Amino acid sequence: MTEQQDWGTSPDQVQFRFRDDEIADVPAVTVDSCCDQTNATAVRIEPGDDARELLPFLDRLQLVEVNFPAYTDGRGYSAARVLREAGYTGELRAVGDVLVDQIGFMRRCGFDAFAPDKPINEDDAKTAFARWPEVYQSAADTRKPIWDLRHE
Amino acid sequence: MYLYDSYDQAMVDARVEEFRDQAQRRLEGRITEEQFRPLRLMNGLYLQLHAYMLRVAIPYGTLNSRQMHMLADIADKYDRGYGHFTTRQNIQYNWIKLEETADLLADLASVEMHAIQTSGNCIRNISSDHFAGAAADELVDPRPYAELLRQWSSFHPEFSFLPRKFKIAVIASDTDRAAMRLHDIGIQIVKNDAGELGAAFYVGGGMGRTPMIAPMIREFVPLDQLVTYSEACLRVYNRYGRRDNKYKARIKILVHELGKNEYTRQVEEEFKHLLDQGVEPPLAELERLKPFFADPDFVDGPKTADRSDPDFALWVERNTHRHKHDSYVSAVISLKPVAGIPGDASSEQMHLMADLAKAYSFDEMRVMHTQNVVLPHVRIADLHALWTKLEAAGLGSPNLDTIEDIIACPGLDYCSLANARSIPLAQRISTRFAEKGKTEQLGELKLKISGCINACGHHHAGHIGILGVDKKGTENYQLLLGGSEAEDTALGKITGRGFDEDGVIDAIETVTDIYLDKREDGERFLDTYRRIGMDPFKEALYD
Repeated sequence: MTEQQDWGTSPDQVQFRFRDDEIADVPAVTVDSCCDQTNATAVRIEPGDDARELLPFLDRLQLVEVNFPAYTDGRGYSAARVLREAGYTGELRAVGDVLVDQIGFMRRCGFDAFAPDKPINEDDAKTAFARWPEVYQSAADTRKPIWDLRHE
Repeated sequence: MYLYDSYDQAMVDARVEEFRDQAQRRLEGRITEEQFRPLRLMNGLYLQLHAYMLRVAIPYGTLNSRQMHMLADIADKYDRGYGHFTTRQNIQYNWIKLEETADLLADLASVEMHAIQTSGNCIRNISSDHFAGAAADELVDPRPYAELLRQWSSFHPEFSFLPRKFKIAVIASDTDRAAMRLHDIGIQIVKNDAGELGAAFYVGGGMGRTPMIAPMIREFVPLDQLVTYSEACLRVYNRYGRRDNKYKARIKILVHELGKNEYTRQVEEEFKHLLDQGVEPPLAELERLKPFFADPDFVDGPKTADRSDPDFALWVERNTHRHKHDSYVSAVISLKPVAGIPGDASSEQMHLMADLAKAYSFDEMRVMHTQNVVLPHVRIADLHALWTKLEAAGLGSPNLDTIEDIIACPGLDYCSLANARSIPLAQRISTRFAEKGKTEQLGELKLKISGCINACGHHHAGHIGILGVDKKGTENYQLLLGGSEAEDTALGKITGRGFDEDGVIDAIETVTDIYLDKREDGERFLDTYRRIGMDPFKEALYD
């Protein structure tokens, strides 16, 4: 892991962002540090961290980064949903081994910013975000599941 | 059976296009094989020893004649004229070309079929009782619940990169025909004291290297919380299942290491939280699904068949199952001809099964986890005509649940993980017992063969199990006795040192001879084993 990654991603590493507010330019601290420091506004969740430890501090957080060291490790999807279910409304940024075939799922779990290690082809990403005409489940996005559409 | 609406069709069509893109990127060299691997796996495409293998999902094993005809056409068009029915109630094709896979998936989509989540570390095809909707002993048809869960689990955004694959089975009778407690989640639809339907959840079962029987973690989940409870079980697993070691990553290890009580506590806590999150479809959705599985229009007719032909009588005795309507039976088409490859069917045979389903079984078939095919609703009056046609096509083997009805994994003939061959062994065993005329004498005897420790051939759950291992570069077979995948779920025990191929066939004959010698009235092999224990078998094998 590089030194820079220890301090989180910088705004210019964010390739896709689905928010209108100004992008936070503060270094992210670890979950442990965030729980100890009363003024931290950005935090980075590693796969082994328990996202629920952050719940008492959600009001002061502007940015939560969720690191995917390997795309195969899906713990970050649960971390994202846990935060959104608890009412977190700040930026939720997927960082690390974030690939075009995962960003659609990530978006549904509540991620609204993406800072992939390797930039994703813009056209491929556009296609991927728009891939599914509908969805089968209720998740952390606002899409109505198919079962809802069927019984409107 | 369930039919797609425009939503379901659009999802499957979108998947075909997604895969077409992914395969194109691979073929153009824009992504590496390493990057392509998880994508093809999510679409059921494996790279085997000789070629790509494609696994097609048959949700809870149910399909109609149009779909079976398509499976036959696919075998001819993209493969070598046959397919292989699997222990997950699916079908696999062994000789697929990457360039043609997207077209194949489009053909499948045209008959409401797909290969979604038939591999990869996600929720796999959901299995169920192959006699669902037909069995005399079921509480309700379990398939509407399986379909509800199929839709919930399809493209689940949170659970597509689990620590390991995840298998769910749903049954609704006390007799377990789906190996329910050997699944990651086993669900039994039950009735509580108030007469309401709900679901008993068993979590953490499985075979593989470390076989475990799932403990029950909840006696009764109300039907309007079924998806929410499943989501809670999965979330705890996704967050805390082991990811450091592939062989310890299944949920059974998590449940075992945390202990049933602690796992249950965590699930209940997550469940309580999720109840407020609106993840549960309305009961109206379950009500929408139920009519798809309603009884066909059964008509009264003869309740017995003329059994004067002894060959026909034997087939009726062996291969039919009691139906909830007394003028009908469920008839099993054995894909285990003597010396055949367990579960293989040629395209001609698939077309014939489809035609027979249309003519005699309200256009419906089921794939069994024992790699046979069921016609669920056959009029007793039609049985002889059906049997005559099956016999003529080599599909009339009267051997359901006998020593010839072997479950075998593909083994070293196809699979890159295997240590030993399974198929030739199965062929030789069925030949040996058929030639000696012992099959019928032995009665119910479930023999299961895996070519490696991953246990795809369910050897842990066989009355007799065989495990192929590699012993200093030669194939060696261990023998297990006493397993069961039924409601009396049990794991087999290894007899002792292994055997070579000839030796293990002799060993099976030795243990069956002990059974014939020691059995008491009405005892199956498994019953005798349970009564007398391992020692008499061991003595005969090794002394």
